[in-house]
Amino acid sequence: MLYFLQQLINGLTLGAMYGLIAIGYSMVYGIIGMINFAHGDIYMIGAFVTVIAFTTLGIVGITWMPLALMVVLLCAMLFTAAYGWTVERIAYRPLRGSFRLAPLISAIGMSIFLQNYVQVAQGANVKPLAPIITGGIQLGSDGSFSVGISYVQIMVIVLTTVLMAAFSFLIAKTPLGRAQRACEQDLKMAGLCGVNVDRTISTTFVLGAALAAVAGLMASLYYGVVDFFIGFLAGVKAFTAAVLGGIGSIPGAMLGGLLLGLIESFWSGYFSIEYKDVAAFGILVVVLIFLPTGLLGKPEIEKV
Amino acid sequence: MLQLEDVHTRYGNIEALKGVSVEVRQGEIVTIIGSNGAGKSTLLMTICGSPQAAAGRILLNGEDITRTAPYDIVHLGISQAPEGRRIFARMSVLENLQMGSVPSGGRHFEEDVQKVFTLFPRLKERINQRGGTLSGGEQQMLCIGRALMARPRLLLLDEPSLGIAPILVRQIFNAIVEINKEQGLTILLVEQNAFQALKIAHRAYVLSTGRVVMEGAGRELLANPEVRAAYLEGGQKEVA
Repeated sequence: MLYFLQQLINGLTLGAMYGLIAIGYSMVYGIIGMINFAHGDIYMIGAFVTVIAFTTLGIVGITWMPLALMVVLLCAMLFTAAYGWTVERIAYRPLRGSFRLAPLISAIGMSIFLQNYVQVAQGANVKPLAPIITGGIQLGSDGSFSVGISYVQIMVIVLTTVLMAAFSFLIAKTPLGRAQRACEQDLKMAGLCGVNVDRTISTTFVLGAALAAVAGLMASLYYGVVDFFIGFLAGVKAFTAAVLGGIGSIPGAMLGGLLLGLIESFWSGYFSIEYKDVAAFGILVVVLIFLPTGLLGKPEIEKV
Repeated sequence: MLQLEDVHTRYGNIEALKGVSVEVRQGEIVTIIGSNGAGKSTLLMTICGSPQAAAGRILLNGEDITRTAPYDIVHLGISQAPEGRRIFARMSVLENLQMGSVPSGGRHFEEDVQKVFTLFPRLKERINQRGGTLSGGEQQMLCIGRALMARPRLLLLDEPSLGIAPILVRQIFNAIVEINKEQGLTILLVEQNAFQALKIAHRAYVLSTGRVVMEGAGRELLANPEVRAAYLEGGQKEVA
């Protein structure tokens, strides 16, 4: 039971991070129907900004943890959002209206570019980050095994919950969110209603990148290391999460992320850690066979 | 109010409009009739800048809007209830109307929404229902209501009678006449249901394969034997 609880905590932590990245994939797919393959690398940028910002704050002498964390969070979100905005502006917008594969290829190119850019600018070595948030809470022990939740894990879960609540509110209740949903349902009609479509698409990229940046911050605190290649696997996993939940659906992305995290964690805990990716992708295959639109995806049937 | 001067529109290699000149004056109902594929919807979409005209000029109160972005054109006072209604299916009736009020920034929302509900009381009963679950007629009312929420100076209507029960068609045409008479709103109406459209129109144009082949007062065209043969008595004959 204790062991189960521990895997649950680990899985939720992992799933929270996947979910935050997956939202970016899902939103962009929903609004312009493309898979933004560079999104995983946007997350990697977020992780790097985190490391750089913490190091800089350490040099300046701001070490009071809550303040440092807030400053780094803001930095990571702002810088990464700027990257997201720029990527859309440079690599995708000029291709809007051309054939469907063009932005996809451009996205792969952007992904390779970002990886190499960071490799050149920051070096190919693994960058360690000294533990900033240490310790945790012991939840129970039966002598041989003890279960605990670290403060980093608490931070990840709480921050993700808050962000997702705020984000859901933004999408469901504000004029910005309404415009976003309108563009997602019918881009042309949204334009005819007077919505600035280009700006809404940019906003989507900015929001997605900001959430990925938070995931990047969490990952660098949780694992303590970053390198220029972490975006690839995280990107593939988050994309899987988005598809699992139903791509285009934001609650689906959150759910898919959580499930994927839990599957990986339980599989590693009870079976073998080497095959955790096989398990995750295997379950994706099974879900897609029976629910081709994913768990919360909407079939494209509408009354005419 | 609105002038189209020799407007050409292309979809790839296909020229859908081959030099169309149309004028709409303040306070009028102008209708454009024509068979399937004549370019009627293209004409309305070109006015809205989506797609933009390949050649020719579109003037709104003397201002050239040929190259203006679609969302800016709405802000200049042209709003459209497009072909196929294009209701936001996964949004409530209220949210659809809120989308319509984007150009006015939602400032007169309560007042405008009441006007729409007076015109189409059915929408009020359906206010929290999803757009996609409405009947065709209700969707058309919502579509026109949404366009009115923008406080347009010129309203473009694309086949409001398509696929709708006859009793609702009459209701919708009555509403069109009402907003024209009482609010003085200028209307450009595209219809295949030529009989209904010509009855309420001050002036009309007949469009055939991308060209204006005839124009005149609504009543005049209604009495014209060629128009009757081609569009009113179930005829298939094209107007030369």
